[in-house]
Amino acid sequence: MPPAEHFAAPPNWEWWILAYFLFGGISGGSYAIATLIRLFGAPADQRISRVAYIVSFIALIPCPIFLAVDLGQPLRFWHMLVDTSEGALAFKYWSPMSVGAWVLLIYGLFSFVSFLGALAEGGTRALSPFAGFVRGTLGSVWGIIGTALGLFIAGYTGVLLSVSNVTVWSDAGWVLGGLFVASALTASAALLLAFVHWRHAGEEGTVARLEMADRNFAVVEAILVVLFVVSVGIAGTLGKVLGIWILLWILVVLGLLAPFAVSRVGAARRWSPVTAPVLTLLGLLAMRAIVIFAPQL
Amino acid sequence: MATIEARPVGFFTDTSICIGCKACEVACKEWNQLEGNAPKFTADSYDNTGQLDAQNWRHVQFVEMLPNADGTASTNGNGKGAGGAAVIPTPIAGGQAWLMMSDVCKHCQQASCLEVCPTNAITRTEFGTVLIQQDVCNGVRDCIAACPYHVIGFNEQTGTAQKCTFCYDRLQNGMQPACAKACPTESIKFGYLDDLHKAADERLAALQKGGYTKANLYGRDTSVYGGLNAFFLLMDKPEVYDLPNAQNATLPSRNNIPGYLGGAVTAVAGLIGGVLAFRSARMSAADKTPR
Repeated sequence: MPPAEHFAAPPNWEWWILAYFLFGGISGGSYAIATLIRLFGAPADQRISRVAYIVSFIALIPCPIFLAVDLGQPLRFWHMLVDTSEGALAFKYWSPMSVGAWVLLIYGLFSFVSFLGALAEGGTRALSPFAGFVRGTLGSVWGIIGTALGLFIAGYTGVLLSVSNVTVWSDAGWVLGGLFVASALTASAALLLAFVHWRHAGEEGTVARLEMADRNFAVVEAILVVLFVVSVGIAGTLGKVLGIWILLWILVVLGLLAPFAVSRVGAARRWSPVTAPVLTLLGLLAMRAIVIFAPQL
Repeated sequence: MATIEARPVGFFTDTSICIGCKACEVACKEWNQLEGNAPKFTADSYDNTGQLDAQNWRHVQFVEMLPNADGTASTNGNGKGAGGAAVIPTPIAGGQAWLMMSDVCKHCQQASCLEVCPTNAITRTEFGTVLIQQDVCNGVRDCIAACPYHVIGFNEQTGTAQKCTFCYDRLQNGMQPACAKACPTESIKFGYLDDLHKAADERLAALQKGGYTKANLYGRDTSVYGGLNAFFLLMDKPEVYDLPNAQNATLPSRNNIPGYLGGAVTAVAGLIGGVLAFRSARMSAADKTPR
């Protein structure tokens, strides 16, 4: 099979976009984990759920700023939502960037309300009316919708890249969205684990379950990483993501292995328990960096 | 002043008679007040414009295979798709090749840039051409990643994406685009699309009758992006001129459904992984710490 031919120019999406992909992924992933714990977790885990809702919103705050700053005309950020030539709303369901802009807005509302609910649950009495959004039936419904939106935010960025004619991005069309979702979940679980270890905020059982979730997410991510490499290899453009990028690939692999190593190495107290989560987070950063930068060089 | 009717117009660029004078580039820059990039030594070509971008809305591409001192021949970088080796042009005399093509935005019928633009800054005009509205564009650059022809560039001064406007302002005032007017050999022909199609068919037939069997029309029919308003008569394979062939001329939206589907399946798999981890405690009667 001859290599796919691409003559598209790189859009020069660089550090601001990497930061958005990173923070957006962590926000969506954390929200999903928070809701999972609400729906299926033990009572002892609920404190971590609260933390995850808070992390989710804090990670989301810089996202629109990153996106606006990356624009050539930052003050026209609102053109993503309003078609100024027609005086109507700008929405194109076939453009992931357009859909993403709208979902980011709506997810922002869900994440913000859940954040207020988590604060209320933590004892901020002035916010007590919001507590219902993180518990009971309303909390479940709100959380499920928010999770769907959050995971969309984590993954649509991969779809956005693949809906192009750029080498690698368009070659891995069906993989990138999934890869971004899986890596967001893995990294979010790792971030929460890092917090738990740092603040001694969870019981042993909670830590074990979070570690197990992290391992499960890592398995899914590892499958997607293999599929990514295979799909790019089939397209004949694997060379674009190798070469100097090998160093970052090593980080990706270490990040994927870290959740499995922690129970053996971490428990043996040879490393700080924060080591594995930090490696996983660095793996996420490395993987996003490879995907964003390599095809543009 | 004659008016130009509001129906599809186009460029028919006959590369067989392009002499590489770059008058089209100069006329384009003059009319559109483009400053141009600083000159640079490309080292592998007599062309020093380099590429289409925000400052070069016309670019006379040189496809060169020239003799080296040792008697061999080498090509410049044209025809090198990312990930692939350079496509070797067909030698025409003494093992050499020397092709020229005045490249420009193709104003595709199915335009990738128009498809992805989230702000609707990219629009189709009453003449069937594709235009980036500078007052709407916010410089998000999705169109640059989508354009399969490396046409659109980002202008750092304006903070917007820019490309050939097909001289929209001239069309509205009954004037043909500056490049076509300036072309001394009429390699660039401007006209209504149906008239140009007839002229192109006749020219192709004449060339093939004269023995130029590799001559072909690119973008004349709908096999490439539904047809191109700026189409070409080429003297070699499209890849030689950095143009994707029909097999590789794909729209970005082809990855929409597979992309979302892949994301959704992964999300479900991930959530199941999470449920398996967290419900283990709920199943355990031992863990009953109150909230």
